[in-house]
Amino acid sequence: MRTEPITGPSGTPVPVARTLHWGRWLSAAVALVIAGWLVYLVVVNPRLDWGKVAEYLFNERILSGVWVTIEISVLATALGLVLGVLVAVMRLAHNPVLSALASGYIWFFRGTPVLVQLIFWYNLAFLFPELVLKIPFTMIGLKWDTNQVMTGFTSAMLGLGLNLAAYFAETVRAGIQAVDHGQTEAAYALGMTPAKRMRVIVLPQALRIIIPPTGNEFISMLKTTSLVYVVAGHDLMTNASQIYKANNRIMELLIVASLWYMLMTAVATFLQGRLERRFGSDAVRLVRGGGLAARILPKAAA
Amino acid sequence: MNPGVESAEPGGQSGAASGIEPVVRASGVRMSYGDVQVLNGVDFAVAPGEVSCLIGPSGSGKSTFLRCMNGLEPVLGGSLRVLGEEVGHTLRDGRYRPWTPKEFAAFRRNIGMVFQRFNLFAHHSALENVACGPVHVLGAPADRARSLAMEHLERVGLAAHAHKRPHQLSGGQQQRVAIARALAMNPELMLFDEPTSALDPELVDEVLEVMKGLAAEGMTMVVVTHEIAFAREVGDWLTFFADGVVVERGRPRELLANPAHERTRAFLSSVRNQKERQEP
Ligand SMILES: Nc1ncnc2c1ncn2[C@@H]1O[C@H](COP(=O)(O)OP(=O)(O)OP(=O)(O)O)[C@@H](O)[C@H]1O
Ligand SMILES: [Mg+2]
Repeated sequence: MRTEPITGPSGTPVPVARTLHWGRWLSAAVALVIAGWLVYLVVVNPRLDWGKVAEYLFNERILSGVWVTIEISVLATALGLVLGVLVAVMRLAHNPVLSALASGYIWFFRGTPVLVQLIFWYNLAFLFPELVLKIPFTMIGLKWDTNQVMTGFTSAMLGLGLNLAAYFAETVRAGIQAVDHGQTEAAYALGMTPAKRMRVIVLPQALRIIIPPTGNEFISMLKTTSLVYVVAGHDLMTNASQIYKANNRIMELLIVASLWYMLMTAVATFLQGRLERRFGSDAVRLVRGGGLAARILPKAAA
Repeated sequence: MNPGVESAEPGGQSGAASGIEPVVRASGVRMSYGDVQVLNGVDFAVAPGEVSCLIGPSGSGKSTFLRCMNGLEPVLGGSLRVLGEEVGHTLRDGRYRPWTPKEFAAFRRNIGMVFQRFNLFAHHSALENVACGPVHVLGAPADRARSLAMEHLERVGLAAHAHKRPHQLSGGQQQRVAIARALAMNPELMLFDEPTSALDPELVDEVLEVMKGLAAEGMTMVVVTHEIAFAREVGDWLTFFADGVVVERGRPRELLANPAHERTRAFLSSVRNQKERQEP
């Protein structure tokens, strides 16, 4: 807004009047009052024991739960990303069977609630009491007790990872399809095989489109892990709920858990910003390590 | 009919006589997209070292024919032999067995292609674009590929722009990088699909100069173009294409001066009129 006077037709400077945005002030004030009142109601609530919140914030089980939540999130996201690329490439394959299988996968895992999938994996032993990996027609192989393999942790990782893969496959597919088809033709004309063209030309460029949403996927995964408490995955939410079931301090422990989720989200958001700045415009190096640039042009890459 | 043109066959009657197989030999090539017949029996030949230019109205199938030559489009009828192989098939035990993607890739290594829209790899610098084929297709060591790529860029006059990305280059510069990229594979045959059609008029000459240099060095080239002057000056043969067939072919000067067919005459006069409208 201009504050410097304007020299009018008479030759003398005339000050500029300030516009008062009454509407803005009023709406801000109303919103602040309502928000402040709600916070106040919770904070001063005599039934809420803030001492307990402080007491449990760094409780050993809570901290171990935080750690498990991070582990599950990282592993499930990694599984989802790798599998998602695979499903996307299958989905785009000319082979109609592969393409249909990939579509079926996406439809199934997006079509059923993730909660149902978690419980399904956890209870896999009902269908397959033993998991057997063996070479057909021989006695050579490995065998596990399903209940020992499908702990809360592994079923959480599998359930969340397989589910993410279905969503992520669509992101990857969009990224791959966004790469100009002319470059595919040029790659073929140079003598590349379809696989090499995908790895060397298409995926590095598709990553620019794929990488920004992966940050969001991870952040949402951090919180989706709370569903794991239905299969007792020893994550933050599971441990918090076990504590409040014992001492009945439900609200306090929900606040403790929320504070940790908020902290993890804040850290992940910060890392996401760095990731996007680093790779958003130049995702090439991620796929090929040092990249061609680093190998043939050490100075330019440095 | 012009007897002079008919007697000297493009693709080298002389070549056949001396036992040299032509680089390209098409007979009755047919191709269609679904129900749309695009090539209706194309006969065409190029001998080693020849520059063969293709002209013809839009939609006549010139690009399709060029793309058949390196297997980017499938030949559905007739025979198309390029560099001694029936494109897309190998004769074995009395049958033609279709190629695998690997065999297509191996075949295309020896054929350079330059596209109308450049099609440079957008995530690579000019130098990386040129080094890409040797490194990823031929498995050349990186530093060797780098110095060779630099030589190719020098040859097209772009050494100073080696580190720029395609979007930082003009159209003419991009097309010259694309030519260098194809040359880096040491091809035996170069295919050009309207390499100057997407360029501003003042950038056309720098690309044509590079192509003239190549022709002078004896590169075998098939060039789809609307640059009549280039075809006359550089081409050994000129082929007029319409509705998916070769209408006529001959030495450029003769064909341009005395077209035998009415369609050729009409096409040439429309191209000349366009040129005059652009450059009064
Ligand atoms: N991918 C495609 N699918 C279906 N039809 C196609 C496809 N590509 C080309 N065609 C059709 O095939 C015919 C020949 O196309 P082509 O590109 O070979 O012509 P052209 O002679 O190169 O024309 P131009 O001078 O405009 O480049 C046209 O009628 C075109 O519409
Ligand atoms: Mg064309």
